[in-house]
Amino acid sequence: MNAMRKDHEIIAGLVEPGSTVLDLGCGEGDLMACLAERKSVKARGVEISEQAIYRCVGRGLSVSHQDIDDGLSEYGNRSFDYVILNQCLQQVKSPQKVLAEAVRVGKKAIVGVSNFAHISARWQLAAAGRAPVTPALPYQWYDTPNLHFLSLSDFIRYGRDNGILIEKAVYLNGGSRVRLLPNMLAQTGIFLISKIEH
Amino acid sequence: MIDTAKNEIDLARTEYLNLDQLELESGEVLSPVTLAYETFGRLNAAITNAVLICHALTGDAHVASAGAGGKPGWWDNMVGPGKAFDTDEFFIICSNVIGGCRGSTGPSSIDSKTGKPYCLDFPVITIGDMVAAQAKLVERLGIERLLAVAGGSMGGMQSLAWAVKYPERVGSVIAIATTARHSPQQIAFNEVGRQAVLADPNFNNGQYYGGKSPERGLATARMVGHITYMSDESMAKKFGRRFRESASAQKFAADFEVAGYLQYKGDNFVRRFDANSYLYITRAIDLFDLGEGKELQEKLAAARRAPFLVIAFKSDWLYPAAQSRELVKACKLAGIDVTYCEINSSYGHDAFLVETDEETHLVGHFLQKVSREAAVKVEPR
Repeated sequence: MNAMRKDHEIIAGLVEPGSTVLDLGCGEGDLMACLAERKSVKARGVEISEQAIYRCVGRGLSVSHQDIDDGLSEYGNRSFDYVILNQCLQQVKSPQKVLAEAVRVGKKAIVGVSNFAHISARWQLAAAGRAPVTPALPYQWYDTPNLHFLSLSDFIRYGRDNGILIEKAVYLNGGSRVRLLPNMLAQTGIFLISKIEH
Repeated sequence: MIDTAKNEIDLARTEYLNLDQLELESGEVLSPVTLAYETFGRLNAAITNAVLICHALTGDAHVASAGAGGKPGWWDNMVGPGKAFDTDEFFIICSNVIGGCRGSTGPSSIDSKTGKPYCLDFPVITIGDMVAAQAKLVERLGIERLLAVAGGSMGGMQSLAWAVKYPERVGSVIAIATTARHSPQQIAFNEVGRQAVLADPNFNNGQYYGGKSPERGLATARMVGHITYMSDESMAKKFGRRFRESASAQKFAADFEVAGYLQYKGDNFVRRFDANSYLYITRAIDLFDLGEGKELQEKLAAARRAPFLVIAFKSDWLYPAAQSRELVKACKLAGIDVTYCEINSSYGHDAFLVETDEETHLVGHFLQKVSREAAVKVEPR
């Protein structure tokens, strides 16, 4: 829970007050509620779980019951100040398409990813020879919703190769910031990105 | 013939708006016009709590019972004190539609020019015409702006028509199990219903009032309708392949339970509905077209300041969720603050009348939200 609150705090710190936000994979709307309260943000969510939708509507949030993989064509270019993809990029079918859409629909995007190269994951894979289970990737191989496994370095490299500018990056290990060797020591990374205009 | 004695009991609390005339979208003028309606709850001092509920194909103004012992309304489980449409908080209006036979001017009404029922001389009416009549009613009730317009199926179409036609008078829109336009399949089902009515030997070119009415045709139309309102799963659960207990010796008796149920529904329906109204209203539904793609988005842009709540049901194959998603997409592109939920129900299209727990949650909280926002807007004055 602490880790969740910390990443929400970091994201809230990256968002300008009074801006518009599209939260993809918004879950029960914790982040949207936090942004609305702290930053007077106008937030809209997209979520695939029906039960999560009920919770969002119960909190007075605007949310659309849809799959992110085919739900972004519904928005015009730069129609939000920020598009947020927190902890859901590894679960979409085509992250390439979703990321490209996120930086099209949002003037900026905020992406939170779990680090598959964290030291504990490396240890489990290298020494024990087993698929890693970590606090940031807490699933067994047979019941994980994650379809893609990437490291923080992978994400940075992807940005460089795909015309995406990483404006800011914050690395976390549970509730604390990581400044040294993030690709080994951070469980999650939060990136503020935008499209490089040619 | 419609059972008038029964109607009088049903409509005991119904009030009537009388208009000198109504100009129709076809250019024809209907005169005079009566619109049946009912209201529940109280209008607040600031006149900011009025909600209009629009009924589906064969509904009426009686959306809820007026109190203990009253005849239940067609959406009784959704409208009342403490319910989704909370009558302690909101002033609920439900009107019958023109073209109908439940107290509003329709083909069975007397044409003042001839002194006889209109029958098929009644002009073609549209969803827009139904809404125009409701707009006059709302105006007459002293309401400038509705907090919400809500409805399922054809009622949802009316809600959408309201938002596009009178954007400045609609605070929010609740559109359930509906579409911006009928697909060929939907038109086809309505056509089968209409042909069943038209083919009845008693139809007599619509001039059957006072004589034998086309009951078999209308009952058949209703049977087709009922099939489309349910899902394969809900039929299997309710009837399976069971036979009725009172087996008949006839070769083609309706001896499956599902067949008996359809017959019962059909027979019940002819007692309360007029065949000519059925023709006119299904025609209005088929003609309804808010557009698709870019055109739909442009039409909806007029309503961009009204938040929308769109609800669909997974097993509804008459108004499939894909149509709601089209609508939601157009809303988003039009800049509308839209909330969408696809309820996982097995009841088919009927779910909007049956699946009330989920609907209550969604509609109740949505109304609370728009009501809070409306209050904030009113205060600074």
